[in-house]
Amino acid sequence: MSEENKFEPKIVAFLCNWCTYAGADLAGTGRKQYQANVRVIKLPCTGGIDPLFLIKAFERGADGILVSGCHPGDCHYNSGNYHARRRWNVFRPLLEFCGINPERIQFSWVSAAEGGKWVETINGVIDSIRALGPFEGYQKINTMGPMVSSESANQ
Amino acid sequence: MIEALRKKAEELLRSKTVDVIYGYGEGSTPERTRPVFITKPEDVNKLTWNKYCVYNLTTYLKRQEARKLGKPAIVVKGCDAKTIIVLIKESQIKREDVYILGVTCNGVGEPQATKCKACDIHTPRIYDELIGEKIENKEISFEERYAEIEEYEKLSEKDKWEFWQKQFAKCIKCYACSSICPLCFCDRCIVDKNQPQWIDPSAHPRGNLSWNVTRAYHLAGRCINCEECQRVCPADIPLNLLNKKLAKETEKNFKYRAGYNIDDELAMATYKEDDNQDFIK
Repeated sequence: MSEENKFEPKIVAFLCNWCTYAGADLAGTGRKQYQANVRVIKLPCTGGIDPLFLIKAFERGADGILVSGCHPGDCHYNSGNYHARRRWNVFRPLLEFCGINPERIQFSWVSAAEGGKWVETINGVIDSIRALGPFEGYQKINTMGPMVSSESANQ
Repeated sequence: MIEALRKKAEELLRSKTVDVIYGYGEGSTPERTRPVFITKPEDVNKLTWNKYCVYNLTTYLKRQEARKLGKPAIVVKGCDAKTIIVLIKESQIKREDVYILGVTCNGVGEPQATKCKACDIHTPRIYDELIGEKIENKEISFEERYAEIEEYEKLSEKDKWEFWQKQFAKCIKCYACSSICPLCFCDRCIVDKNQPQWIDPSAHPRGNLSWNVTRAYHLAGRCINCEECQRVCPADIPLNLLNKKLAKETEKNFKYRAGYNIDDELAMATYKEDDNQDFIK
């Protein structure tokens, strides 16, 4: 029974079409095994990832997020990943300031040739989120009714 | 100082250098001021200047109804003048489209506003005409400027979450914070879009978190810390803590301070190849 009740995290991975998605594909064609907790969303470029995507993933019940794209200098659109890196540099501390564990949003560079690194990275993310447990705080605010909020406002 | 301001305003209107003056006028009580829009030279006596001129009038630069009045001269404190620098950098206005009546300032509000406590910009860094004695802008250390948020940064993860949840739970989604913000200038805000609906419109904890985080984030590298969002918030959410945190990260990571130097590239519109990436695997 205890095996069945074990917490399995939901991970959403936002991957760039040109590097990490191709890397994940390579892992697949190479028959490399990795844990199946991840839902992959393919985007043209990490530079096109609005931080709202990440918030939305949490709203919809994600326990953890991975954002991954091309290594610096390898962007298909030349500079998309550089711009993305700037955004994460400020977005990550903002979430941390609001009480969201930065481990729940992780970032990596995985190229199209790095099937092995993809497996390693995603397994690492899944393991660390499994250790953190479900994102109860966010799940609570997702499901609570408005009355609960006005109550806590009066405290 | 008021006399000098009125005189200059009158001169500007008479010479038709500008069509309208955005300034501070007397409010319903002596402790209040209100924005005034003066189009006739004989009305310049409505202009005033005192320590209750807390507001940032540059927010009217984004309003269509104010723009219709023609080219403005605008009364700005040192902090407000930073907004104009950002607006120019963001291509929202052209330098020649606004006449800047800078006023020197030793702090506003009674009790003094938080923004004035670590002010290093008593004399505007950009102006066409300076009213009042020039006050030297002394440098204030990084730590001192962001001292206000330190106690919140020190909280544990759980305490931070609980603190902000309690704050965001009060949000009634009136969007006063973004309406007043001179740098929230999108014609259509993300909350006005409902296909898809990115942010829940109801005042529910889920959408409240998304909204407040998004509002703050959209001002990363823009916010000049005028604290207007916090001042107008009917639910008293300390919104400026979020803005300040972002300003701190922007300065720490990119050596950028919004509105300080007109030659600096906008932090979030550029990049450097050696930007910090310690957190990226």
